[in-house]
Amino acid sequence: MAVTDRVQSPPPNTNRRTSRDTSVKRLAFSQKVSKWDVKLSPYLYISPFFLLFAITGLFPLLYTAWVSLHSWNLIGGQGEFTALENYEFVLAQPFFWNAVGNTFSIFLLSSVPQVVLAIAIAAVLDANLRARTFWRMGVLVPFVVAPVAVGLIFNNLFADQAGLFNELLTGIGLDPVRWHSDSLASHAAIATMVNFRWTGYNALIFLAAMQAIPRDVYEAATIDGAGRLRQFFSVTVPMLRPTIIFVVITATIGGLQIFDEARVFDQAGLGGADRQWQTLTMYIWELGWGQRNFGRASAVAWLLFLIIVVIAMANFLITRRIANQGGRR
Amino acid sequence: MHSRARITALSATAACLALALTACGSGGSDNAGVEGETGTEDVTLSVGTFNEFGYEELFEEYEQLNPNVTINHKKAATSNEARDNLTTRLAAGSGLSDIEGIEVDWLPELLEFPDQFADLSDPAVEGRWLDWKTEAATTKDGQLIGYGTDAGPQGVCYRADLFEKAGLPSDRESVAALLDGSWQDYFDAGKDFVAASDGVAWFDSAGATYQGMINQVQNAYEDNDGTVIATENPEVKDIYEQVLQASVTDGLSAHLTQWEDDWVASFQSDAFATKLCPGWMLGVIEGNAEGVEGWDIADVFPGGGGNWGGSYLTVPTQGENQAEAKKLAEWLTAPEQQIKAFESKGTFPSQVEALESEELQGQVDPFFNDAPTGQILANRATAVEVTPFKGPKYFAINDAMQQALTRVDVDETDDPASSWEKFTTAVGAL
Repeated sequence: MAVTDRVQSPPPNTNRRTSRDTSVKRLAFSQKVSKWDVKLSPYLYISPFFLLFAITGLFPLLYTAWVSLHSWNLIGGQGEFTALENYEFVLAQPFFWNAVGNTFSIFLLSSVPQVVLAIAIAAVLDANLRARTFWRMGVLVPFVVAPVAVGLIFNNLFADQAGLFNELLTGIGLDPVRWHSDSLASHAAIATMVNFRWTGYNALIFLAAMQAIPRDVYEAATIDGAGRLRQFFSVTVPMLRPTIIFVVITATIGGLQIFDEARVFDQAGLGGADRQWQTLTMYIWELGWGQRNFGRASAVAWLLFLIIVVIAMANFLITRRIANQGGRR
Repeated sequence: MHSRARITALSATAACLALALTACGSGGSDNAGVEGETGTEDVTLSVGTFNEFGYEELFEEYEQLNPNVTINHKKAATSNEARDNLTTRLAAGSGLSDIEGIEVDWLPELLEFPDQFADLSDPAVEGRWLDWKTEAATTKDGQLIGYGTDAGPQGVCYRADLFEKAGLPSDRESVAALLDGSWQDYFDAGKDFVAASDGVAWFDSAGATYQGMINQVQNAYEDNDGTVIATENPEVKDIYEQVLQASVTDGLSAHLTQWEDDWVASFQSDAFATKLCPGWMLGVIEGNAEGVEGWDIADVFPGGGGNWGGSYLTVPTQGENQAEAKKLAEWLTAPEQQIKAFESKGTFPSQVEALESEELQGQVDPFFNDAPTGQILANRATAVEVTPFKGPKYFAINDAMQQALTRVDVDETDDPASSWEKFTTAVGAL
């Protein structure tokens, strides 16, 4: 608004000072400058973000596309142009599709419980607790621990024969779970690590949103005779909808790029002997660093990018519908 | 671990500085480097190693001899981790240590890029190593990219107490006599052992045993011109089937994957009775089996001699202190130092002079029931007949094979036939 105001103000000034040529020229120049100012400065103000994005986001993206069209050795560098050969090769690999499946499985096993748990924890933290700040900071502690350290600790717990979890299971007379052999069990174990790290972080986001819900809504609900549980489902959760959407989208993007936890799940770091828990990012790693074939690795990277774009679009459409519904009510 | 090493390094330097006024400064600057002067300016050298090179005390010694040098030791837990680190930073063009330890299996892929490594050939070190050790690290143009550290002649490590319990002979000589012969003899002895002992397996892992067997094959995965023959080679398939027959059908394996948490923990429980052990494995066993008594080593190896692994020190050209780094690498791989590393962690020297030295021959390891490890491994080294050919794809194919064995032996997700199918697919995708 302020910018458009300034566009309109100069004309009256020019009419008053047309008498001398020099001042006209000077005026014309200052007019020009102010025109540039109006036209260019908004772009200048927002340019840092776009410059940064171009360097750290767009350039790698396009460069990866360029690499994916060549045969490219990790150390040797660029080879000959091969058009879409890398993509054809990768798409024909069962390992690629296996990695896609694993990625989605781990993503679902981690995101869904994560969001549910985070809301529950946030609701508890939102209540009148003693030593409130202590608890609130407490849930963030797992987030500060480096993912690889988390991996090492959980690896010890999830070891097939000597791990604590299996010791407990056999202690109460159950069969040990084959964490490193069974595909689903390995996904659950990895999802546990992811959840351990991210639940507290998401809980704090939910907590912030919960605190923004006007207290009089709750008062009205209490007067209407709604219990705590009813208040939670009928007031808190609907009011949190935009935040839930935000958390779900960030969890999706993060979830499809799971790497650290899965990689440190065993020593070889290739996702298991039968690739039980090899995710897409680990497959990229195997192609790029194991086989040193950067061309194919880049092709998979681009396919992963496309998958994320498609899912983000789907997310967007669904959330728009949900948001509209929320508005109508 | 890392920070402790640094602290000791710092304190060593500090102590040295205090002494510098009197005597300490006389340590040699007698060695001319690849380029430029050495031994005058203060430098910090980083050295990247993995597993156990046995260099911790040697670094301190070197720092005392060369007060201007501070050594920063970066130790990776596994060789896979070290290899990832190496290739990533080679590709990035920066970030490597001044000296990088590499394993013999990576040499073929690294020799394709000789300009990434300083030429270490030097008249001073000519004839220092066993011929095959130097040849493996030399390019066609005669550039030497790495100084040999250790070699991996293998014996059989065993638990004498468990042997005794199962009614087998348990002293070193009788065990050597018992296991002498083919792999089938080794497995047959295992069947007797397993039948007589309660739930103790014969060996730790199918993958580890396979590694001992495949290292006796001249051209396992690739022809000399680099053509991949892994999936058609009957020798490979035979060994694959034989080792799985022994591991799964005959139940000789403890079903562990080497280097995994379970494998490390198994040394503390009586999980298995024998283990193929190259020299560098002695230190690993000693560390994992701390407090366990009964380990011994027999001067024998099924199917003839065998060499497993062994490492080199390289000086990447991206480093700033190549001359100083070369000097340190030269010093570390000299026979005297390698004997000390062997005393510390059992890494068996690959230097001719070291093999003949009395110190090595007289070396005794108290953990292995005072076994004359120096003499045994020196015997094992002379028994090695085959130097397997390893082409550019060796590492990747062997990884795929190890996965194939793990699927059947540890995960039980496949039978030998279906796992072989998957191996074929994996090799085809390289």
